[in-house]
Amino acid sequence: MDRRKFLKLAGLSVTLAGGVPGFLNREVKARAYTPPPGALTARRWGLAIDVRKCWEEPNCNECIKACHHLHNVPDIPDKKREVKWIWKDEFEHVFPDKPNEFNNIIFTHKPFLLLCNHCEHPPCVRVCPTQATFKREDGIVMMDYHRCIGCRFCMAACPFGARSFNWVDPRPYIKDPNPKFPTRMKGVVEKCLFCYERLEKGKIPACVEACKKKALIFGDLEDEHSEIVRVLKSRFSIRRKSELGTGPSVFYLL
Amino acid sequence: MYNSDKVIPGIIIFVLFVTLPIWWNHGKSVAAPEPELPKKGRCVESKEYMRSHHMQLLNVWRNEAIRQGMRIYTSSDGARFWISLQNGCMKCHNNKSKFCDRCHQFAAVEPYCWNCHIPPETKKFKAPKASGLLKLFGVPPVLHGSSQAESYGHAEH
Repeated sequence: MDRRKFLKLAGLSVTLAGGVPGFLNREVKARAYTPPPGALTARRWGLAIDVRKCWEEPNCNECIKACHHLHNVPDIPDKKREVKWIWKDEFEHVFPDKPNEFNNIIFTHKPFLLLCNHCEHPPCVRVCPTQATFKREDGIVMMDYHRCIGCRFCMAACPFGARSFNWVDPRPYIKDPNPKFPTRMKGVVEKCLFCYERLEKGKIPACVEACKKKALIFGDLEDEHSEIVRVLKSRFSIRRKSELGTGPSVFYLL
Repeated sequence: MYNSDKVIPGIIIFVLFVTLPIWWNHGKSVAAPEPELPKKGRCVESKEYMRSHHMQLLNVWRNEAIRQGMRIYTSSDGARFWISLQNGCMKCHNNKSKFCDRCHQFAAVEPYCWNCHIPPETKKFKAPKASGLLKLFGVPPVLHGSSQAESYGHAEH
């Protein structure tokens, strides 16, 4: 075989091996994917928690119940393995950078509602090796559970402890499953997602809706006319560990 | 050839043994799977397309819906659908064991969709199973409360 023939044959083989099967094996055709109509949209979703209103009902857990039922969050009694999206804790744990030592006394037995802060610069997103957690354009720090490999870097990175790891299969601990939402599996990290699935349908987050005292205000932090911006402009509010520069989107109105 | 009386039968036995799976199953046929299709309604795409490409479509769907926020699918003939497994596909295909599983078992594939997504026929989840290792060490499969306090308010005082 001379060089010319060899090159011809080689070229033909490459074409047949690469091109033809690729042509025959048609991928998903380019079809249209569009955002849902009627969805609530924002440039940066945020939540303001009026803690004084919340304290009017110190034993109320309606927001937690609503969220955890809707999202199939398991109720695991073992504290080391518990999973939580929204929960309560005391001032000295919530604001360890307390202005002075008397604050702990003022706020003894005063619950603060905690959830993912949906930071402007989320450290969990920076460390995720698979981009399973990422920041959406509307500010929600989203989880793509399909991609989570359970490395827990995000849990180490999150300064707010907003993330829970599924040490065991969570399903046996879900008493009353919601068939409209998936569960998670053993080995993935989960957290609050600001009810992205409700926003898509034009509904506000479940915790905000469930609050009897209207202590939770949800809205667009970059919209001048939204209720949350109006309230934050008129009242003193603090954010958790704001000195870390993550830019939490959850505000505590005092 | 040395020892051909041993080598040649040896080779024959080896070839027969290696090809055992082929002629063991020769002439036998396994019934084709018969997934139960919904009685009415239409699927997002043609039957043939769904049969051959549903896995690629589902993969694109989950990325578009979760990562891009694109929840509406416009099919090749212009119909629009809400992208969702539990709230979309399974509304018509409302029995996973009679639809998904029939072919998947035949093809011996185990997609991990259902580790998280809830099949429509599941109303309650089972209690945790005790694995062999847990039994060996006498560890109860159900997690109990630790010695720490149960909830907020009792932790410190």
